[in-house]
Amino acid sequence: MTDPFSLRDPAQASRFAELLARLAPDRPVKIVHVCGTHEIAITQHGLRSLLPETVEVLEGPGCPVCVTSTSDLDCALKIADQGAILCTFGDMLRVPGTELSLAEARAQGADIRTVLSAAAAVEIASRNPGREVVFFAVGFETTAPGTAAVLLDSPPDNFSVLPSHKLIPPALEALMALPQVDIDGFLAPGHVSTIIGSDAYRSIATKFRVPVVVGGFEPLDVLYALALILRQLREGRAEVENAYPRAVLPEGNRRAKDLLARAFQPAAARWRGIGVIPGSGLTLRPEFSHHDARERFGVEGELGEEIAPGCRCADILVARALPSDCPLFGTACTPLSPVGACMVGSEGACHVWYRYGGRPRL
Amino acid sequence: MCLAVPARVLSVEGNVATVDLAGTRARARLDALGEEVRVGDWLLIHTGFAIRRLDPEDAQETLRLFEELFSAMEAADDD
Ligand code: SF4
Repeated sequence: MTDPFSLRDPAQASRFAELLARLAPDRPVKIVHVCGTHEIAITQHGLRSLLPETVEVLEGPGCPVCVTSTSDLDCALKIADQGAILCTFGDMLRVPGTELSLAEARAQGADIRTVLSAAAAVEIASRNPGREVVFFAVGFETTAPGTAAVLLDSPPDNFSVLPSHKLIPPALEALMALPQVDIDGFLAPGHVSTIIGSDAYRSIATKFRVPVVVGGFEPLDVLYALALILRQLREGRAEVENAYPRAVLPEGNRRAKDLLARAFQPAAARWRGIGVIPGSGLTLRPEFSHHDARERFGVEGELGEEIAPGCRCADILVARALPSDCPLFGTACTPLSPVGACMVGSEGACHVWYRYGGRPRL
Repeated sequence: MCLAVPARVLSVEGNVATVDLAGTRARARLDALGEEVRVGDWLLIHTGFAIRRLDPEDAQETLRLFEELFSAMEAADDD
């Protein structure tokens, strides 16, 4: 059964290329998306080659694995060190902590398991009643409802969560406030927006006078969303537009938002290479403190070295640089021997560029 | 891990659907959906949870939106 949602017609793509050329701004503009899946769509399909010379598109902090702080990773390592089974998504394994990555800790005997879903971590807890099982919960608003659902579904007593989920709108606000970032438009992440809704960006568009267009992930979806951003810039508008209505409602997914509100409350969170952003993370509500791994294991992370010497991740994660700006890219730093987190996470800008050969306009 | 993909529902039992995910059978929890699900429906699945029901008609609607933009821009050029 073919996927009826695939939108890849090359003829349509050339029409978009013409349209984008007509909409070309007469000054350099920077559009930031914050989603690894967008970076993959853009790089894999060579969409940067269809953009006017004056338009640059950068990823920013769109890879949840890459932005996970060393302090959260160190908490996970300490928990594994206490003998618990630590479950997390496979992408997390090779992200550097202060001293070790989870993969290195596993090689030294820690019981670290990869799962595809929060529900799978609960199943491991049910099968191992004599062991503590901890789900190291990373991911944006798309992923967090799954963690909320298992917390609300009376998980076994030996199951707990190390929360490291992050929220996109506070991160967009933080980017706008940074010096030398100068963002002219946001391509907002489609599947985060499936949960939070396109209305969630209204205050950002108004407060910072910046166009925000929610986009899907098929190549034509991305081109359409970029065209809407350029049209807004040309017309001097700064509004929220939804270019992905087949998956995104203005109000989002009410049920998922309700799960989030019942299990979590917003809290300040540390983003690798960026620092602490107020209200950009989720902690467990007090009713679930008995499932909070931080409390159960009494762990706190110290603030370790987050960026290796010579690595430009800190600039890439705030959309100040592209992977090609890093002298280590593809030489000293590759997915097999990554120097920085942006080369580890499969949605990290450096990883995506390496994998899909994404040097634009080559 | 951010990836969310469309999958077709093969069967539903309580809050779990069995889906055809690009040719592989997979299970998807329905806790976060808040919509009724029937066999044959398309769901958007992310890390084992359905986050939205998709309607193939809406893909056609997207193509209409593209056309709207193209004609709006042509009209603007003629002005
Ligand atoms: S290529 Fe490697 S070293 Fe350079 S910014 Fe990316 S992750 Fe860091």
